[in-house]
Amino acid sequence: MTLRFISCVLAVLFPMLAHAETVRMAVTTSFENSGLADVLLPPIKDELDLDLQLLVVGTGQALTLGAAGDVDAVLVHSRAAEDAFVAAGHATHRREIMYNDFVLVGPSADPAAIADATTAIEALQRIDRADAVFVSRGDDSGTHKMELSLWDKAGIAPDDLGTSYQSVGSGMGAALNTASGLNAYILSDRPTWLTFGNKGDLVLLFSGDPALFNPYALLPINPSRHSHVNADAVARLEEWLAGPRGKAAIESYTFDGQPLFVHSAVAN
Amino acid sequence: MNDLSQGLAEAIYRVATLDPELVDITLRSLQVTVTAVVIAAAIALPLGAWLAVTRFWARRYVIAVLNALMGLPPVVVGLIVYVMLSRSGPFGVLGLLFTPTAMIIAQVIIVTPLIASVAHQALRDLWSEYHDLLISLNTTKRQRIATLLWDGRRALLTACLAGFGRAIGEVGAIMIVGGNIDNVTRVLTTAIALETGKGNFSLALGLGFVLITLAIILNLLIHSLSRTERSNLW
Amino acid sequence: MVASIFPLRIAGACVKRRGVQLIGPINLDLGSQGLTIVLGPNGSGKTSLLRLMHGLERPASGTINWACPDNEARSHQAYVFQTPTMMRRSVTDSISYALIVMGVARPTAREKAKEYATRVGLGHLLDCPAGVLSGGEKQKLAMARALIRQPQVLFLDEPCANLDGRATKEIEVILNDVRQQGTRIVMATHDLGQAKRLADDLLFMLNGCVREQGAAESFFADPQTAEAKAFLNGQIVE
Repeated sequence: MTLRFISCVLAVLFPMLAHAETVRMAVTTSFENSGLADVLLPPIKDELDLDLQLLVVGTGQALTLGAAGDVDAVLVHSRAAEDAFVAAGHATHRREIMYNDFVLVGPSADPAAIADATTAIEALQRIDRADAVFVSRGDDSGTHKMELSLWDKAGIAPDDLGTSYQSVGSGMGAALNTASGLNAYILSDRPTWLTFGNKGDLVLLFSGDPALFNPYALLPINPSRHSHVNADAVARLEEWLAGPRGKAAIESYTFDGQPLFVHSAVAN
Repeated sequence: MNDLSQGLAEAIYRVATLDPELVDITLRSLQVTVTAVVIAAAIALPLGAWLAVTRFWARRYVIAVLNALMGLPPVVVGLIVYVMLSRSGPFGVLGLLFTPTAMIIAQVIIVTPLIASVAHQALRDLWSEYHDLLISLNTTKRQRIATLLWDGRRALLTACLAGFGRAIGEVGAIMIVGGNIDNVTRVLTTAIALETGKGNFSLALGLGFVLITLAIILNLLIHSLSRTERSNLW
Repeated sequence: MVASIFPLRIAGACVKRRGVQLIGPINLDLGSQGLTIVLGPNGSGKTSLLRLMHGLERPASGTINWACPDNEARSHQAYVFQTPTMMRRSVTDSISYALIVMGVARPTAREKAKEYATRVGLGHLLDCPAGVLSGGEKQKLAMARALIRQPQVLFLDEPCANLDGRATKEIEVILNDVRQQGTRIVMATHDLGQAKRLADDLLFMLNGCVREQGAAESFFADPQTAEAKAFLNGQIVE
């Protein structure tokens, strides 16, 4: 009786033993919420025999997990932070996989008239002038960093915006839920916005500025820092994502007929 | 209102068709929480009984700390367990982060003080009733603890159910230490958080209804089981 | 043959609770024979004296000694409380519990428990939860739980205080039976009639002190103190 109990406990405590080869990757919420993960995981499992386990967090936390060695690879979208991460030796290199773009979303009445803006920076300046409510991720994610750099270029300090600037400190989906509830403006990546299920009165108002370009890069964690990382499997994963099979899988993911991600990796 | 009715419909549909994903995360929720509660009970019940029958100078402080720990914020527990189990942390070599084991550890820490505190309160009353008799019968401390645990079993069951209720509905800690990995550490509560993040309110609500129903069914089941015992013995 | 725990010697013992003296000083020797009734009005310290003898109260001053170490002595004693504690168990399990904690195997203990339950007249209630018994049945259960340990001395604290005439009589029949088998009995009561029916010898207590002690016959025939006289005459003594 006692023996059986102990063996049950042990079986629960060591559930990972029986699994196939496993790679843990920290990815951004925009990657997971867009639905691309659901498209990529099955072929990766089939063709590479890899259990790709995704930890869905903001870019900031994804990089922290990588630096601590708690994941084997990181897939994020924040160029400056990625370069610093590689420079610090946490990752062996940076491999760009794909891109999409950010969009500005807001209430259909568009009180700040950002639909008529010519650049993203002008759109933000219009939001400031109209004193319209803007929801910020506020979670140190790639999207958040992009938003902050745009405010900076627009010459506006978000802190000066007062109560019309709402920093929610959560993922893309949760922030969109908040914006939907407040009927506010928000910066989102395009796939998450398109597949988001609770749009309410929000509509896509501005996109297409090259400043809103949003590349996603894979950062394999440095095995000389963390000897336990599964570097071989990550290398296979990287080749697959960068290669023709990855390109086909990524570009097959469409919403209303438009592709959500554009494959941009250069084959070795 | 629309979301609610859609959620209910979603829940009924997925339960009726035994949606494999739903079954999978429901079973994982049960596995993690039941294991955690069993381990926590194995620690907390004897601890509660021991505190009831033992007098020592720090007893009041231990009880006060236990009561305070009942309100332990799960997020903080999650964070501490995360830091401990992280590859850069003291127990990193075990490689337990982002596994169901890590979730169980976090839940054990969260519910042990709760179960111990509720158990201690119930057994303290029973002990004041039994005190003279058990002293008179020359029982050892072990026998006293065993007697209280057995005779107070129905109150202790309630303590365990309270622990189960707290653990099964917990999301803050297991999100951090489990990582909500599909097919590995995704449970009902983290799935609800995820679907809410995607704006899929009806699916999130559907999962919520499944969670609530699960908790109710388990409680009813255990209470009906323990009632057959009561008609016999008490 | 188990060594006798008698005699009990109490010398100058006082019991205090939260600084208030409950009884004492008590000077008393207890031999191995007979049925001693501790008589006295409510609050005179009968219960405290019994608890002191049984080791449930420690003397604040003075000494109390059995012929063997305290812990060993207590395993040869049994105590029936005024309001017996009913465990959340069946009649059989409640009685067998007293043996199991002494290290007796469960099946043997249960057989014995059924035997003793039958002896005190609970044979038809073996599987009944102890908590639902009537007042008289609870006292009988407590008696069986005490007797099953085959104590050298049995303490009873007002066992009939809450019982009607018939239940009281049944308890007294059992007590006489126990006495005949040679078990020492010390019993507190404030019931004069019961004292007269049962006592071999007698301790008369008032205000925490033993005022008179001696053979029952001479006490009832010729009490030495004014308070005892008044008590026997049914007056209120303080």
